[in-house]
Amino acid sequence: MQFLVIGMIAVVGAAYLARRFSQSGLKPAFGAVVGAVVGMIGSAALMIPLDWCTFDPDRTATDMGFGILLMAATAALALGATGWIAGNLAARRTVFSGGTQPGTFKGWLTPWILLAPTIGVLALFLYYPSLDTFRLSTLLALLGAPRTRFICVDNFTRLATDTVYLNSVATTILISIAIVVISLVLSLFIASMVYLPIKGASVYRTLLIWPYAISPAVAGVIFLLLFNPTGGIINYALNNLFGLRIPWLNDPAWAPWAVIIASVWKSLGYNILFYLAGLQNVPKDLIEAAAIDGANALQRFRQVVLPMLSPITFFLVITNMTYAFFETFGTIDYLTGGGPLNSTTTMMYNIFLVGIRNNDLGKAAAQSIVLFVLVIGFTVLQFRTAGQRVTYGA
Amino acid sequence: MASIAQESALERVKVNPAASLLPKRWYAHLTLWIACFLIGFPLFYSILVSTQTNSDVFAYRFEPGTAFANNWNTVMVFGNLGNFMLNSVIVSVAVTVGKVVLSLLAGLAFVYFRFPGKWLVFGFVLVTLMMPTEILIIALFRFVNQLGWGNTYLALIVPFIASATGAFLFRQHFANIPAELSEAAQLDGATPIQFLIRVLIPISWNTIGALTVIQFVYAWNMYLWPALIIQGQASQVVQVGLRTLMGADQGISFGPLMLAAVVASLPPLVVFLLLQKQFMSGFALSRDK
Repeated sequence: MQFLVIGMIAVVGAAYLARRFSQSGLKPAFGAVVGAVVGMIGSAALMIPLDWCTFDPDRTATDMGFGILLMAATAALALGATGWIAGNLAARRTVFSGGTQPGTFKGWLTPWILLAPTIGVLALFLYYPSLDTFRLSTLLALLGAPRTRFICVDNFTRLATDTVYLNSVATTILISIAIVVISLVLSLFIASMVYLPIKGASVYRTLLIWPYAISPAVAGVIFLLLFNPTGGIINYALNNLFGLRIPWLNDPAWAPWAVIIASVWKSLGYNILFYLAGLQNVPKDLIEAAAIDGANALQRFRQVVLPMLSPITFFLVITNMTYAFFETFGTIDYLTGGGPLNSTTTMMYNIFLVGIRNNDLGKAAAQSIVLFVLVIGFTVLQFRTAGQRVTYGA
Repeated sequence: MASIAQESALERVKVNPAASLLPKRWYAHLTLWIACFLIGFPLFYSILVSTQTNSDVFAYRFEPGTAFANNWNTVMVFGNLGNFMLNSVIVSVAVTVGKVVLSLLAGLAFVYFRFPGKWLVFGFVLVTLMMPTEILIIALFRFVNQLGWGNTYLALIVPFIASATGAFLFRQHFANIPAELSEAAQLDGATPIQFLIRVLIPISWNTIGALTVIQFVYAWNMYLWPALIIQGQASQVVQVGLRTLMGADQGISFGPLMLAAVVASLPPLVVFLLLQKQFMSGFALSRDK
């Protein structure tokens, strides 16, 4: 079975690179050979460490399908990278340009000594744990238990039927989209007001951006006070003004919104700061030219300022998304503890619950990898869809 | 023709009949007042509550209470806040200083040296920008425990003292400094480290300030990692230590909890406000690492 898959991937790889090579002005036949080889190596890259276990006769169809998916994914990655490098080489551009500059010091050992601490710490505490995460994800590894057992891709395929996990994916999507949309719209609106030539703009600025220094955990504590069912000031105000009492922390439908509001409050300052910097980079003469052409304030904003802000918006969508995925952890831990009924258990919070509270390191490692792929995938997707509309520079 | 149109457009902008009564751009002032109020209220109210008892809180008294001394006592004795704050100061200062020093050295190596494999090292550091620590926290937890660093400051400091952001920030900054400076230093027989200390650092305070704010706030606000790796109170940081005041069964005493939360937020706020200018000039980079 696996040889059939490798063969198919080799054919697809050959066709793909032949096309890429001919587009770059290289010989298509050469591309086909390279494509077939890279396709084979790429598809086997993850399967050799796994010892082709997904194709064992006692494995389920889901496992086999997942194995084929893994092979296709690693092959696609290898082929894409090869095509990119070949295209760059063909265009006589070096892939990695080492900046050469006058005024450099002599000695080949000194730079290595200078870089050694950085390289050492990154290798030991970032690269090694990353690789170990992959290894852990194929193991039945329990915290405190001395022995581990290889269980192939079970940690991954079992996620498909894990309702708590699937629920955490939905919660993460809701919370992150809400935080990004609400926080960016509000901060752009506020930043465009501070940007106007008004008195006291720098005082306003300081009064608006300080929550940057507040931790997500303290934001959780503060909103625990504000949303508390007994004595919460927000419900007191809502009740007096509109006769409303909202079960912020006790109702699974409302609890995610408590987390969202606390996170938006905490992230507004950071976003205002960046939008303000972005606005200051919009050329004044462009806005004046639009005003002379008779565009009103709203038209000027939508048709001149907004397109100029798209690179910073793009950057902020990514950083706010990362914030919502990972740093909301502290807020959630104090505000709701992931409840009620798991309604605020995000993917990151679930990794903590599974890996540390329930001691299942292997399962938590598998969830970490899925989350990682999701973050990378989302970034790439953003790049592709926003690419056409993003304006870089003036 | 164009100039006439321009003049009339400017005329239209200038004449504003409502301007005499209200301050200029009153709508912006109104919006900003509301925004400042909404952003400031949660902290303001927390400060107010930190002087109150629970019965004050539940009665919605909008005035300073009389329980400040009592709350302070609870926070320091029962909440162990002094110990947590000290731990946070040690960890955050060590991480911040470590990151700034290591980044300066890396920047120096990247800009002022030519060596084989430079692009490889550069890529090695660059890729770490895409690896969030949270993703590998399970494996890191296992590894650091195997090193025997559980419950120590080492576990909170060492894994975080290298910074890709910082290395690139200084690389960028140094690359814009005229090459004549390093040529002159070499003629005077200065070593790279002397050049760094006597020439580069004195002209890099803005960049160092920006990196200091980002890394101090990042280190001070770390939550998930210390919550995992530190058991017990002795080496715990204040962000996690606040939980001591949550009171498991008899309900939360809000006065002490909010007092501790406010105190825990003071150091990053002070650093941020003091270095705000440097931060503004050098902040165009990602939020952590």
